Amino acid sequence: MGIVHAEKLIYEYDKRDEEGNVIGTNRAIDGVDIDIPQGSFVAILGHNGSGKSTLAKHMNALLLPSGGTIWVDGKDTKDPAEIWNVRQAAGMVFQNPDNQIIGTVVEEDVGFGPENLGVPTDEIWKRVENSLRSVGMLEYRKDSPNKLSGGQKQRVAIAGVIAMEPKCIVLDEPTAMLDPNGRREVILAVEKLKAEKNVTVILITHYMEEVIDADQVFVMDDGHIVMHGTPREIFGRVDELKAYRMDVPQVTMLAEELRKRGLSLPRGILRREELVEALCRLR
Amino acid sequence: MVRDITIGQYYPTESFIHRLDPRVKIVCTLLFIVSLFIQNSLPGYVVATIFLAAVIKMSKVPVGFIVKGLKPIVILLLFTVVMNLFLTRGGAELVQFWIFTITESGLKTSVFMAVRLIYLVMGSSIMTFTTSPNGLTDGLEKLLHPLNRVNVPVHEVAMMMSIALRFIPILLEETDKIMKAQQARGADFETGNIIQRAKSMIPILVPLFVSAFRRANDLAMAMEARCYHGGEGRTRMKPLKYKREDRLAYAVTVFYLVLIFAVGRFVPLRLWIF
Repeated sequence: MGIVHAEKLIYEYDKRDEEGNVIGTNRAIDGVDIDIPQGSFVAILGHNGSGKSTLAKHMNALLLPSGGTIWVDGKDTKDPAEIWNVRQAAGMVFQNPDNQIIGTVVEEDVGFGPENLGVPTDEIWKRVENSLRSVGMLEYRKDSPNKLSGGQKQRVAIAGVIAMEPKCIVLDEPTAMLDPNGRREVILAVEKLKAEKNVTVILITHYMEEVIDADQVFVMDDGHIVMHGTPREIFGRVDELKAYRMDVPQVTMLAEELRKRGLSLPRGILRREELVEALCRLR
Repeated sequence: MVRDITIGQYYPTESFIHRLDPRVKIVCTLLFIVSLFIQNSLPGYVVATIFLAAVIKMSKVPVGFIVKGLKPIVILLLFTVVMNLFLTRGGAELVQFWIFTITESGLKTSVFMAVRLIYLVMGSSIMTFTTSPNGLTDGLEKLLHPLNRVNVPVHEVAMMMSIALRFIPILLEETDKIMKAQQARGADFETGNIIQRAKSMIPILVPLFVSAFRRANDLAMAMEARCYHGGEGRTRMKPLKYKREDRLAYAVTVFYLVLIFAVGRFVPLRLWIF
């Protein structure tokens, strides 16, 4: 069993009309089985309303399953005695950079998680320094978060999670509200983190460019996991992805179109360099 | 820029007063205010003036800043002075014209009252000028901690205060954005009488409230995800600890209190009617 393991996970919520009367139930997650090994980088893709964020919130016990079970670090999230252990094991970074920063100074915000865990003061300072350094925000430690850019705020939020020393970090669309520069900043920080500390990274996103370095990719649609494999396998199935309303990276798209026109290119080209190399080899 | 405004009136610089523990500053300011109101003699005011001047000097906050802080109370000040001047009876009559009479004790009370109010505002603005809003919140939390026993949620209130401080600039920026969006669609906030203008604020307030609630919801979730579960079992990154300077500051304040009463009682300094 991996760090996150779900069996037949179901999440239902009531559908309501204008007056708030229940008129039925919606299934945001419908029978999901997933197993994420410790130390891996897993991406979960899906368009809006596919249930990917709902799944992410289950990994932190922010939502509890209506059916089935999810274990995080071997603990059942439904067990009220384990809730704080689950949240400590699986840190979570959210979409909106402004709404997840609690402190009025960068370093105080990073210290918020360890404070809640009851970590001794000296140890908090050490953790704050280390985690700010690992996201490259150490020089901003005394600044007000209001003065930072979106990408910098998200890096502070990531540092805040690292300072809690989780085994796994769940990033719920961390780049959705950022400009392209901020998006790159955040993804680089995540990749660096992955390389330096042996944490499991679960990245939820709808930008496919961000997932080409993942070990495994899950594609969700309508509450189900519809595709699962390495990025190369997934991006080799362009038509299928399009059916799930996903945008394929431009390079992959171009390679696919060229292949359809008769060029003998391999399936699942992810990077520009790969395409260049494949094209050069054609001659 | 809206982003640059500072909440409260913290004047960031390095000084002995800035470095003091926020609790010291809160308690000493209270003691200073009390000392102003329970003595009433010229020598006492001389001591208070010297004390206040010394603290201002040490805080390195420009005097102009502190005087500017008096602006909001000018009307209150005038009102108090006028009321005391004409309505207090006692002692010899100094001036009399038409229905107004100014007596010796009227003049004395009004001058002392004015000095008291001015010193009160100056004293407390020294506190806010030299303590960051977060420092104040932390200090209050620690000072009021004993109230926890009688079920006052001190930690929660302090947490709410510091979150409010963090979100004021964000919400101000948002208000600005919403106003611009409404103006772009032809909303008019500047003309009309006061009622019309108040009415035109509704299209700003409604989206602002909606967004504030959404933010509150997000923030609560983010706090929970980071294991926030109230003040119990929580450690502090920056715990408040009294240092030697803080004890010294307490000692000086106590000495000041003793002095002001001693002087008021035993130094027979009199100037005309005061």
